[in-house]
Amino acid sequence: MNASRVSTRLITPLSVICGILIWYALSKIPSVGAIITDPIRIAKTLFAEAKAGSLWTNISASMLRVLGGFSLGLVVAIPVAFVMGWYKNIRAAIEPWIQFFRTIPPIALIPLVIVSQGIGESAKIAVIFIATFLVMVISIFQGVRNVDPTLIKAARVLGATDRHIFFEVVVPASFPYILIGVRLGLASAWTTLVAAEMTGANKGLGNMIMEASLYFRMDLVIMGIFVIGVIGLAMDKGVLYLERRLTGWQELRKS
Amino acid sequence: MAGTAQIVTPGVTTLEQPKIKIENLRKTYEVRGGEVIALNDANLDIMPNEFISVVGPSGCGKTTLLNIIAGLEKATSGRVEVDGKLVTEPGKDRGVVFQQYALFPWKTVIKNIEFGLKLRGYNKAERREKAEQYLEYVNLKDFAHAYPKELSGGMKQRVAIARAYAVQPEVLLMDEPFGALDAQTRAQLQEDLLKTWQTEKKTCFFITHDVEEAVILAQRVVIMSARPVESRKLSMWIFRIHGIKRRRWIRNLSQSRMRFGLKYTRSIWKYKNKKCQGGMGCL
Repeated sequence: MNASRVSTRLITPLSVICGILIWYALSKIPSVGAIITDPIRIAKTLFAEAKAGSLWTNISASMLRVLGGFSLGLVVAIPVAFVMGWYKNIRAAIEPWIQFFRTIPPIALIPLVIVSQGIGESAKIAVIFIATFLVMVISIFQGVRNVDPTLIKAARVLGATDRHIFFEVVVPASFPYILIGVRLGLASAWTTLVAAEMTGANKGLGNMIMEASLYFRMDLVIMGIFVIGVIGLAMDKGVLYLERRLTGWQELRKS
Repeated sequence: MAGTAQIVTPGVTTLEQPKIKIENLRKTYEVRGGEVIALNDANLDIMPNEFISVVGPSGCGKTTLLNIIAGLEKATSGRVEVDGKLVTEPGKDRGVVFQQYALFPWKTVIKNIEFGLKLRGYNKAERREKAEQYLEYVNLKDFAHAYPKELSGGMKQRVAIARAYAVQPEVLLMDEPFGALDAQTRAQLQEDLLKTWQTEKKTCFFITHDVEEAVILAQRVVIMSARPVESRKLSMWIFRIHGIKRRRWIRNLSQSRMRFGLKYTRSIWKYKNKKCQGGMGCL
């Protein structure tokens, strides 16, 4: 039992090491190596860029856009989702629009946004806002709808008014769904960001990759991809950690 | 008729005002292709401090009846009065214990119990004190700061009971509260419930699908039939369990369970299985 737990823990780092080894081996094949630079050179590029400072400028530019668009999306999605879940008529009015826009990849909206907002910061934030809002509003709305009706009944017989039920039952009960929304929203913000930056920006990780490819700096391209992946993963882990801390009361299946 | 259930007419001759008065209660649900009648012309008087239990197959309208008394559902026609006042919404005179515990999973045990007190306007210190008192009463003092997920089914139901008791309702409505528990826990909680009922003078309306449980707990057992197809009338057979015998049972519940319970259970079963002839008339 104990031994098996230890070996389960070892699987993840082993898998990472194997992946890097395969990457290294692939890069040694001449025709592949021209595009996929070996991990050691990538690490060197990473340090060089970090030392020069351009990496940090790019990361912070990207992070600001993501956090700006995402926070705006969250701030709007929460009230909209709650209102949709609570009032049938408003739901009937809003839901078709959300469902319609949800099927459109946010990247398809980029030309429209560029025409109306130019290629400045607000354009990028607008695209990220739309993408994250749509993802989060659906997930939080599900949470509001999934509140156990017995809990609402229990609150009512204890003397709760509609206001109490909203703040004391519906909001905490949908909190796990809000966190799921945050997780999905961050992921979608991050993926949309790179696409948005590739269309035209003077800094940011997406832009860095785009420019590097023009000069055939494949090491820089792969380094950028790697950094994007690591930041995305870190954000996801951060939300997961928050989820464990804040919604530890949930009954979960143990696996 | 000693030793067997005596069938009596409802509204036993007494000068006391009924605590709960159910009059010509009717409830229908709209479904696709027509309507389903959950309750038709239900009449029942429940006296103050009476313990009444309701048995019947699922879908016979037991829970609907409880919800209407609780004020959680509206009747299609007819009326329910508690202390002579028409029931239109949940009130502080009525507490409900649900089968699925219905504890707020994000609140600790003590916060769950405090919730009802908070809504009643008790301040923080009073709340804590009262909650602790009721927590002790259900023997869960050590679990005050645990979350519901950390408790067993029986413990959860004890918390739910403490939560309902803490606001001190005069009427306790219970919807199969022990249905999901194991036999031992269930027996313990039944005994506790009877003790409280005796000491705190509450009027209890207890739904169960278990005839034996109904017989052990209640002074009167109401049997509701599955929806009768033709007459569409709710039927209730009401049994009154002899007072003296009951008191003896409560004193020694575990023995009584075997000795007397069976007899009553058997005769109630006989009626439960009979096809309904319609309405209260068949009492």
